[in-house]
Amino acid sequence: MTFKFLYDFSILTQAIDKAITGSMSPFWAMITEMTIIGVLILAFYAVVGLYLVYAERKVCAFMQNRVGPNRVGPWGFFQTIADLIKLLMKELIPIKAADKLLFNIAPFIVIIAGFMAIAAVPFAKGLHAVDFNIGVFYVMAVSSIGVIGILLAGWSSNNKYSLIGAMRSGAQIVSYELSVGMSLITIVILAGSMQLSTIVEGQHDLWFIFKGHVPAIIAFIVFLIAGTAETNRGPFDLAEAESELTAGFHVEYSGIKFAFFFLAEYMNMFIVASIAATVFLGGWMPFHIPGLEGFNHVMDYIPPFLWYFVKTAFVIFLMMWFKWTFPRLRIDQLLTLEWKYLLPINLFNILLMALMVLMGWYF
Amino acid sequence: MDLEKLKEKLISIVPTAEFEENKQFLTAVIPSDKLHSLAKKLKESEDTLFDYLFCLSAVDWTTHIGVVYHLTSTKLNHNIVLKVKTTDRENTVFDSVTDVWKTAEFHEREAFDLMGIKFKNHPDMRRIFLEDDWIGYPLRKDYKDDVNIVEQ
Amino acid sequence: MTETTENYQLDQEEYIINMGPQHPSTHGVLRFEVSLKGEMVRNIRPHCGYIHRGIEKMCEKNTYQQIIHLTDRLDYLSAHSNNELVCLTVEEALEIEVPERVKYIRTIMAELNRIASHQLWWCSMGMDMGGLTCFFYGLRDREPILDIFEETCGGRLLLSYNCPGGVMYDLHPNFQKRVKDYIKYFRKKLPEYDALLSGNIIFLERTKGLGVLTLEDAISFGVTGPTGRASGFSCDIRKTQPYSAYSKVDFKEILYTEGDTFHRYKARIDEMWESMNIIEQLIDNIPEGDYAVKMKPIIKLPAGEYYKSVETARGELGLYLISDGNKSPYRFKLRSPNFINLGALASMVKDTKIADLVAISASLDLVIPDIDR
Repeated sequence: MTFKFLYDFSILTQAIDKAITGSMSPFWAMITEMTIIGVLILAFYAVVGLYLVYAERKVCAFMQNRVGPNRVGPWGFFQTIADLIKLLMKELIPIKAADKLLFNIAPFIVIIAGFMAIAAVPFAKGLHAVDFNIGVFYVMAVSSIGVIGILLAGWSSNNKYSLIGAMRSGAQIVSYELSVGMSLITIVILAGSMQLSTIVEGQHDLWFIFKGHVPAIIAFIVFLIAGTAETNRGPFDLAEAESELTAGFHVEYSGIKFAFFFLAEYMNMFIVASIAATVFLGGWMPFHIPGLEGFNHVMDYIPPFLWYFVKTAFVIFLMMWFKWTFPRLRIDQLLTLEWKYLLPINLFNILLMALMVLMGWYF
Repeated sequence: MDLEKLKEKLISIVPTAEFEENKQFLTAVIPSDKLHSLAKKLKESEDTLFDYLFCLSAVDWTTHIGVVYHLTSTKLNHNIVLKVKTTDRENTVFDSVTDVWKTAEFHEREAFDLMGIKFKNHPDMRRIFLEDDWIGYPLRKDYKDDVNIVEQ
Repeated sequence: MTETTENYQLDQEEYIINMGPQHPSTHGVLRFEVSLKGEMVRNIRPHCGYIHRGIEKMCEKNTYQQIIHLTDRLDYLSAHSNNELVCLTVEEALEIEVPERVKYIRTIMAELNRIASHQLWWCSMGMDMGGLTCFFYGLRDREPILDIFEETCGGRLLLSYNCPGGVMYDLHPNFQKRVKDYIKYFRKKLPEYDALLSGNIIFLERTKGLGVLTLEDAISFGVTGPTGRASGFSCDIRKTQPYSAYSKVDFKEILYTEGDTFHRYKARIDEMWESMNIIEQLIDNIPEGDYAVKMKPIIKLPAGEYYKSVETARGELGLYLISDGNKSPYRFKLRSPNFINLGALASMVKDTKIADLVAISASLDLVIPDIDR
């Protein structure tokens, strides 16, 4: 079957690997492979970022009884590409009193954090750049580097609005990082591994959200809330809080540097959604119900990467739904929510999950 | 309180008050030095209770310049109009009633800005609409602005 | 900075940010000078005048028919009521009794205008709180009202429909049907507003108990309209000094005692229901007759002083008019509700957060051209 690689990408990747290592020295083969992967991820990053912006605009239009972008290309499909070209050609306004170095590297830090996180995400069977044995930990660690970029951007702009935005963002991400970590740990207890590929493999009979029933569902909800907060999206978009701080930390950025922040925000959303899909909803694993062999077999015909993208899209849609429905929280309410509600719930939830795993109460 | 009683009450507080003909409200011209004490009494005494200053207007009568206070009582439902006047156009100063009715703060700043009336004891006597370096007071009848106002 | 800091001493750790004149939540060119300590608002000083056009001065040069087109531009969301005020003052001064039909038309128009204005307030309040979807819901439902206006008056925002002695032209034949259809439609849509915003826990948490204005303060600051009524200040001119056809209709004056942001919100939502009740009582009974009394081309008011007020969507709009018997007023002083309500803002936002400042100023429903005049 010629399209067999759709079901297991390792066939394809190994074939490419063999071709490259066969034609050059091991050193150059490694360099070439790394370059190819880097370019592919970069391209993927840009395309996904752009089309998430498009998707957000369409979804929000749908929520608001509007049509959304519909001029550039069919259904406005090329709108964001046109926007990107516009942003690329726009003038980069230099800020006189800004800290030049920090001001210029801030957008790159934000975007590199997202770039690093995406490398560990398994898109389909045998399709991920690196497969650490501490994958979950790695993703959490690198995705929180982004906040440094936001803090730097806010600080170096030498603008009070952006400083307030950056400080809010710092407080917010430091707090919500805890909840993100804790809710993932709940699942790590169930999975018994931090390696993302093992976590996905562990869901071959049933996704963890069903396998771990009550604690897993609690963990999923907490992860969704905390993940939305981590990406600085509404209703937790206090760092940019358009109606209060005009644009928050990126108020002084223009042109492509602004586009980097913009792109990074959407990529962070994508990363959070992929982690949610991978850890809770089985990643690329098709939907299986133990005991129903015929049904499972039919599900296996749908290629894994489709499963992965549909699940991710579902979580992304949920996050967009939040944003366009809820008003924004205030900073003290935001911190109260984390420290007084989410964190205690989470700690209790970990205990519950540990007890459940010990007693074998899961499916 | 009906108008006659209100009139008597006013005369008992300020004997020099003059009354003007007006179909709508009881209108009294008050000597400007009595204004603040009268305002305080009108607001506080049980039978008047003028707690709501609903309009404060600065008026330039060409011969005089002055301020008109429209007062009402939200509890007793009677109205009164007080006027203070002066002929001093250069240095027009009245007492501020901001401590009696807080709404007067903005009204008085507007009067200062557009009519050039200063208010003593006002907490924040600055121009409110125009720039600080604006010359003249536009709502005065003798204000001349050849650039922006076209005379008909 | 020279003039702004001179009567205000900054504490240590306090800093000033400028909100406006270009800021998404000041709804126009209003500038707040906010002293902050961290996120806490210590003091705000409003700076107005960015679109001061000197309407009062202009009115002193124009005839009464011309003035109508200037007062439109005060509080552009209650353009009809503004014009009605001038017309009522002129008619009262000349002791003209306008036909019943005119009174009914004016009342219906004013209430439609009030609904449209409150809708715009609702959507911009939602936007200020971060719920952008509200904005589109509000605008969607406001559009049919503007269409109704356009059909009869030609204008959508600035109606210029009133003139001394009546209204400019008769109602469009479709008017009654469209208004009735609209009320039927909007009765279904208004609960949706509640579901989206006032039923939301985040919204409730952010508005309840914040920006409290006590009854004494409300009266002392002269805060009127829904803002004053949310504090328990019974200041509805439609009830206290009924004009046009308000004495013929039965409606409630919305009164709350809490005086916080949420009840200011609630008062406006309830006012929309009451406005619909008023329109429904009138729309089927518009009497036949002339739509205006013939007036002289140049109106001269008898010398004297006149004060009249109407209830706009934001509060009591008063007009203190001094006439010296000429074709234009001698002094034309407007008591604009927004200007007075703005005066109370500083006392309401003390020791709240920046986000609350935005919510509280949104709940005051300020329209900047009315402040600046």
